[in-house]
Amino acid sequence: MAALNIKKGSTSHSAYDLRDFHSEVERSHTLAVLVDNEAGVLARVIGLFSGRGYNIDSLTVAEVDHKGHRSRITIVTRGTVAVIDQIKAQLGRIVPVHQVIDLTTESTPVERELALFKVSGTGDKRVEALRLADIFRANVVDSTLESFVFEITGTPEKIDAFAELMRPLGLCDVARTGVAALPRGV
Amino acid sequence: MARQMTGAKMVVQALKDHGVDTIFGYPGGAVLPIYDEIFQQNDIRHILVRHEQAAVHMAEGYARSTGKPGCVLVTSGPGATNAVTGLTDALMDSIPLVVFSGQVPTFMIGTDGFQEADTVGITRPCTKHNWLVKESEKLAETIHQAFHVATSGRPGPVLIDIPKDVQFATGTYSEPKAARVDHYQPKVKGDLDAITKLVELIETAERPIFYTGGGVINSGTAASQLMCELVDATGFPITSTLMGLGAYPASGKNWLGMLGMHGLYEANLAMHGCDLMINLGARFDDRITGRVADFSPKSTKVHVDIDASSINKIVPVDLPIVGDVGHVLEDALKIWKSRGRKVNKEGLAKWWAKIEGWKKVNCLAYTNSEKTIKPQYALQRLEALTKGRDRYITTEVGQHQMWAAQFLGFDAPNRWMTSGGLGTMGYGFPASIGVQIAHPDALVINVAGEASWLMNMQEMGTATQFRTPVKQFILNNERLGMVRQWQQLLHGERYSHSWSESLPDFVKLAESFGWKGIRCEDPAELDDAIMEMLNYDGPVLFDCLVEKHENCFPMIPSGKPHNEMLLAADAEAFKSGATLV
Ligand SMILES: Cc1ncc(C[n+]2csc(CCOP(=O)(O)OP(=O)(O)O)c2C)c(N)n1
Ligand SMILES: [Mg+2]
Repeated sequence: MAALNIKKGSTSHSAYDLRDFHSEVERSHTLAVLVDNEAGVLARVIGLFSGRGYNIDSLTVAEVDHKGHRSRITIVTRGTVAVIDQIKAQLGRIVPVHQVIDLTTESTPVERELALFKVSGTGDKRVEALRLADIFRANVVDSTLESFVFEITGTPEKIDAFAELMRPLGLCDVARTGVAALPRGV
Repeated sequence: MARQMTGAKMVVQALKDHGVDTIFGYPGGAVLPIYDEIFQQNDIRHILVRHEQAAVHMAEGYARSTGKPGCVLVTSGPGATNAVTGLTDALMDSIPLVVFSGQVPTFMIGTDGFQEADTVGITRPCTKHNWLVKESEKLAETIHQAFHVATSGRPGPVLIDIPKDVQFATGTYSEPKAARVDHYQPKVKGDLDAITKLVELIETAERPIFYTGGGVINSGTAASQLMCELVDATGFPITSTLMGLGAYPASGKNWLGMLGMHGLYEANLAMHGCDLMINLGARFDDRITGRVADFSPKSTKVHVDIDASSINKIVPVDLPIVGDVGHVLEDALKIWKSRGRKVNKEGLAKWWAKIEGWKKVNCLAYTNSEKTIKPQYALQRLEALTKGRDRYITTEVGQHQMWAAQFLGFDAPNRWMTSGGLGTMGYGFPASIGVQIAHPDALVINVAGEASWLMNMQEMGTATQFRTPVKQFILNNERLGMVRQWQQLLHGERYSHSWSESLPDFVKLAESFGWKGIRCEDPAELDDAIMEMLNYDGPVLFDCLVEKHENCFPMIPSGKPHNEMLLAADAEAFKSGATLV
């Protein structure tokens, strides 16, 4: 029946939502969740993900506004359009959540992660580790005659690449902060 | 005006300030200071239950029959853990509750103290929100926020955990209006462009249907009235979920009956064949949709819900409208009227003709008997003999619940209280006491199964003590009937543990608590027995011995689409093959 045919091609302002909810394609999304910094708020967010079976690839949380008691939780998650929409709606329902920002739909966000790498070795391997660290602009923050601790900041991909290179050179320990992200521009 | 008082006193003061007249509870060490305050006042009535789960169900019955939040008070540890089923039930059915639990003193938290439990941890996933209050200075504000959260947006249960030292400590009591609630203000107004689109769809649809749920009832009586106005003015057919019964009168001319797994044939087929589905405050539960991929395949779907997360959760919809059903309906009616009250008359006439054909199937037909009471017959008689009375019905969970939904008619909202989302056996009896406490002069009947009823039978003492003349109408098939039905149809008639063994003598049981007990097994005596129950001024336990092997039809086996519904006649032919969910 023609009268009920809805025009395809909606915008975010149109009443009809015509994004492909049936799409099975999963995509990574970075969500920023602004919350009241109250006891249990992180447990609520994490409990939502585990209770409803959503993925968490990375999670960081810290107070960003001391006076206003606001914290920012940055979550990297994966899912189809429908699942990501559900995650956002579910997060928005949590009482101490003020805002849920999907940094991935607006544009690709600025994402940075900090990591510490302990690499132990001597001789050529040690020299090569130092040379690669220089290329990646990693800093040496601790050294002994047999080891270095490198500090590196960058996108998660850059840190992954650095880890790959360090592995054969004696990588023995890694600590990563998880992603901090902001949208580009104003 | 700020006043100094103890935390325990603040609890009672806040209850008064929020207009609470009743609290359901059970004392224990960690709430003794609050009980001491309750002792010293007369504004708030405390109903002493026999088990904390029942306290929560009573509060649910109270809340659902009044539209006001229900209040509960329990002690720490076992008191709080006993409340968990009730909290989950209220969360699933969106019932506003404010539950207070005692906690060990702040300095003991984390030491595995006597009757310590991580109550906020345990109840976090089964409340809308919860708080552990560690300072008496924050207590009043927290309680005021709790009432706001429980009753705003999609309602739900909240819990406030109060350590014993906070109950003793003195702090400043702030008034409800001073509480900060601006951070939680769900959107109630729907988007006007979207509502206009809805009106356009209403004007042109050939095969429309209203699919309504508990959200309409939660939105308040005005929402039900607006809905009835729109349904009657458009002439569209309307069906409802188990939760939404009564929002549109069962005697109304556009009523198709309940839909879903045990819903009416005409309602489910109309859902399957419609071209416009207007979902008002329902949530596409799996008991409604059957197999999602085949759910109403040809319709344009509109979903009005105050909870954005309900939209597109299960069934993708074409036109989402986030807002309170009442507000959205008001705007929709205004716009529809201003545009000339148009509907597609020709299309509608054909649609109704089709629906009338489905109605002729007479899907609730059953073979009556002169020897044994058929459960359907018992409910038809109950309906006939209570029609026109100020009547409230609660139910337990099982076949009797579905038959009650099929055979009892509700002409007003807030008259039907059943555990929908969680399906909690043991809900109905305490809920009926909660309803009766709120409506002392009304006729309150719990339609029960014998197995469910036993799950909270200890509340007989509560009913006696508080003189609630609740009528417990047990359709006793000596079976976990719904389980038996599934085993018969889907598990090769292997009846694993679905007998109700070692049942009590219900009449003697009734008498031992000072109730009236009635037993009836002869269809010819049923009317007199029901009248005896109705005329008795006090609680009655009615043991209605019914046919043991009756099945509840129609039935959509789970995982099947609406148009593969089983009617009583098909059941014989039905070969298992449905997925069991
Ligand atoms: C607390 C709880 N445990 C188990 C179930 C599963 N269950 C659903 S219906 C049912 C049988 C109910 O028997 P009865 O109350 O006698 O009602 P009938 O189906 O016989 O009318 C059971 C065990 C449930 N819904 N709730
Ligand atoms: Mg039974």
